Amino acid sequence: MQIKSLDELYELRQESTGKIALRLHMGTSGNAKTIMVCGGTGCLASDSDKVIKNLELIIKARKLEGTSIVRTGCFGFCEQGPIVKIEPDNVFYVRVGPKDAKDLVDEHLMKGNRVERLLYEDPQKNEKVHTQEEMSFYKKQSRVALRNCGLINPEDIYEYIALGGYEALGKALTQMSRDQVIDIVKKSGLRGRGGGGFPTGLKWEITKSQQSNVKFIICNADEGDPGAFMDRSILEGDPHSVIEAMAIGAYAIGANKGIVYIRAEYPLAIERLNTALRQARELGLLGKNIFGTDFSFDITLKYGAGAFVCGEETALINSCEGKRGEPNYKPPYPAEEGYWGHPTCVNNVETFANIPVIMTKGAEWFATMGTEKSKGTKVFALAGKINNVGLVEVPMGITLREIIFDIGGGIPNGKKFKAVQTGGPSGGVITEQGLDTPIDYDSLLERGSMMGSGGMIVMDEDDNMVNIAKFYLEFTMDEACGRCGPGRIGTKRLFEMLHNITAGKATMADLDALKQLAYMIKDSALCGLCQTAPNPVISTMKHFWHEYVAFVKDVDHPRGEGRYTPKNKIGMKS
Amino acid sequence: MQKVRIKFHIERKNYSWQIIYKYFEKLVNVMTKPQDIDVMKPTGQEFPKEKYDELEAFINNLETTKGALIEILHKAQEIFRYLPRDVQLFIARKLGIPGAEVFGVVSFYSYFTTKPGGKHTVSVCMGTACFVRGADKVIEKFKEVLGIESNETTEDGLFTIKDVRCIGACGLAPVVMVDGKVYGRVKVEDVDGIINTYRKQEEQNADKVLR
Ligand SMILES: Cc1cc2nc3c(=O)[nH]c(=O)nc-3n(C[C@H](O)[C@H](O)[C@H](O)COP(=O)(O)O)c2cc1C
Ligand code: FES
Repeated sequence: MQIKSLDELYELRQESTGKIALRLHMGTSGNAKTIMVCGGTGCLASDSDKVIKNLELIIKARKLEGTSIVRTGCFGFCEQGPIVKIEPDNVFYVRVGPKDAKDLVDEHLMKGNRVERLLYEDPQKNEKVHTQEEMSFYKKQSRVALRNCGLINPEDIYEYIALGGYEALGKALTQMSRDQVIDIVKKSGLRGRGGGGFPTGLKWEITKSQQSNVKFIICNADEGDPGAFMDRSILEGDPHSVIEAMAIGAYAIGANKGIVYIRAEYPLAIERLNTALRQARELGLLGKNIFGTDFSFDITLKYGAGAFVCGEETALINSCEGKRGEPNYKPPYPAEEGYWGHPTCVNNVETFANIPVIMTKGAEWFATMGTEKSKGTKVFALAGKINNVGLVEVPMGITLREIIFDIGGGIPNGKKFKAVQTGGPSGGVITEQGLDTPIDYDSLLERGSMMGSGGMIVMDEDDNMVNIAKFYLEFTMDEACGRCGPGRIGTKRLFEMLHNITAGKATMADLDALKQLAYMIKDSALCGLCQTAPNPVISTMKHFWHEYVAFVKDVDHPRGEGRYTPKNKIGMKS
Repeated sequence: MQKVRIKFHIERKNYSWQIIYKYFEKLVNVMTKPQDIDVMKPTGQEFPKEKYDELEAFINNLETTKGALIEILHKAQEIFRYLPRDVQLFIARKLGIPGAEVFGVVSFYSYFTTKPGGKHTVSVCMGTACFVRGADKVIEKFKEVLGIESNETTEDGLFTIKDVRCIGACGLAPVVMVDGKVYGRVKVEDVDGIINTYRKQEEQNADKVLR
């Protein structure tokens, strides 16, 4: 079937609502139950697919009618995975192993008793909590980009449509001009979630204004920051929202071809994206004459091959062209001269995921969330020394303290909080004093860190900050593409200095040299990767100078353990 | 050097074409001097023709080869498991581009490997989340137990250690992945156990063959 008008889409939505009615608590039909099992990478790693298999077997054996099992995307609460939610009873089970399937069926489904042992226990109150809403992890979150993750089956386009999917695209194509679309995005105040924070509406406008018959729209899914998994979870849990948004963006800027540049290390996201693309094509939501208009659009996938720098947009475009992923000087910006020299708009996955809701709920609604200059919400991947590792989406302007202590549940084993690194290898640390700043793009920059793509690594009193800085430098040294001198040689020298410091072979003069070199690289490197590479050093030196000094002066100071084995090539990957 | 000199002569003294040709000959001789490596001879492992055919079919089926080099390399690595020189040269000839260009791309991306791996790949996550939860100690232990560095293969060809960046299971940090199986919350004490499960598997397989 091909959808040729908005009305046909509404009809299809009507037909599909039955699929998700139980989950939305829209009327119950007898004993029917939906069991939602998380099928994100994290939960799959702890055997959630075996949980599904066992549930299926037992349900079949017990001849339970009307029970359906749905494999959803990531719920976000990865620490407690695998997660199972039973609707319409609204019961949230955590750490469900394959062996627990029997109890879930026999106790919960057959007898209607909650399985107490699998409920989440609130660590503060020491009591069992059974609904998602009551959990402190979810209380302060507002899910916009993640609205469908952990709710729908990402491999079923009808569930997405039942929740209002593709309506935004239909409306944009049939009722709005290209300028009107751009206007809404501009008014919403949405800024790029890939790290730079460039206003998305403005980027679209610039790309639209370029005179060219051929334009491209690219989705940047090369999430390279280790320890961050926002984009992957969105693509795994709700691929259609990204596809829909890319089509809307393409219409606005005048492109007919889209590319998703995705890491080859994300096999599950690739698989689900491919499924979603196929389904969208089958319904005519991609392809020729979408919604009966003269707008045609399709998307192809390009795979990354393990290079962090390919997240940078000009490097990404080079890599799409099958070349080494080295960045170019800007300007010209990709919006002017991008993929094969044509105007190209590059946006991040999470940026795209916000677009469809903005179109349906309106710019004003979106702009009510967040701070004056940063609107909306941001997804963070909370990891490291924190109780509730997982994916959280919070309104901009919330404080770090709320994220780490209220949502994240604080530091495990009664240890003391020391610092949090935001912005991955390009960011810096924020200490106790900075915990109460409302976070948005600008306040984090002021604090010497940055928003980055949303990785947030929490460190406790046991972590030595010099070692952490060294860890990040080892990463950037490995990943520096080698195009510019400061990046190729500078990061290597910087790392060697840190290595000497942690090995106890440095003097105070070396610390000075370290500082100088850090600033020099910052000022002279070619692209964002190496310009920001010294940030972890600069910010740890600012806040934890005494730890650097301790390595130099204190003879008995424990030496850093590193896994560094000198390579003879300078800054080249072996 | 040679090139410059020829140009010089042409400009300065009007040498006849024969003489110019002689210079060219000289130049060509320099270039075809016997080299240490014979590029026509396969190095190391020889692959069956079917594998090359499969790759060739894939390339022929592409809509366009413009910009498709990375895609082709992904496919080649899937077929051959790694990208030895011969495979790289095969691709270069097929696409009509210099072998250096192919090697340039292969060496840039860490996903591509030019060495065959062991039977089991032990990928230790060295992402930030795993690092702060002690992945560095875990990888050291693996190196010690297996007696190799990362990106090396044990002598019996059973294990290769790789340090990878975030496999996306940060909630289970520190994470180790052996082939497709993920081990979460790995402690240094668990390392021997993990290795032994695979060693035992091998022994059982060997037993079966013997019986
Ligand atoms: C070293 C480096 C790595 C980057 N990595 C990513 C990334 O993994 N994902 C991403 O979306 N943007 C990344 N960016 C930002 C992109 O260059 C670009 O700004 C972004 O994709 C634009 O999309 P947005 O406007 O929606 O944020 C990176 C930038 C630099 C300098
Ligand atoms: S950092 Fe190890 S799985 Fe993410």
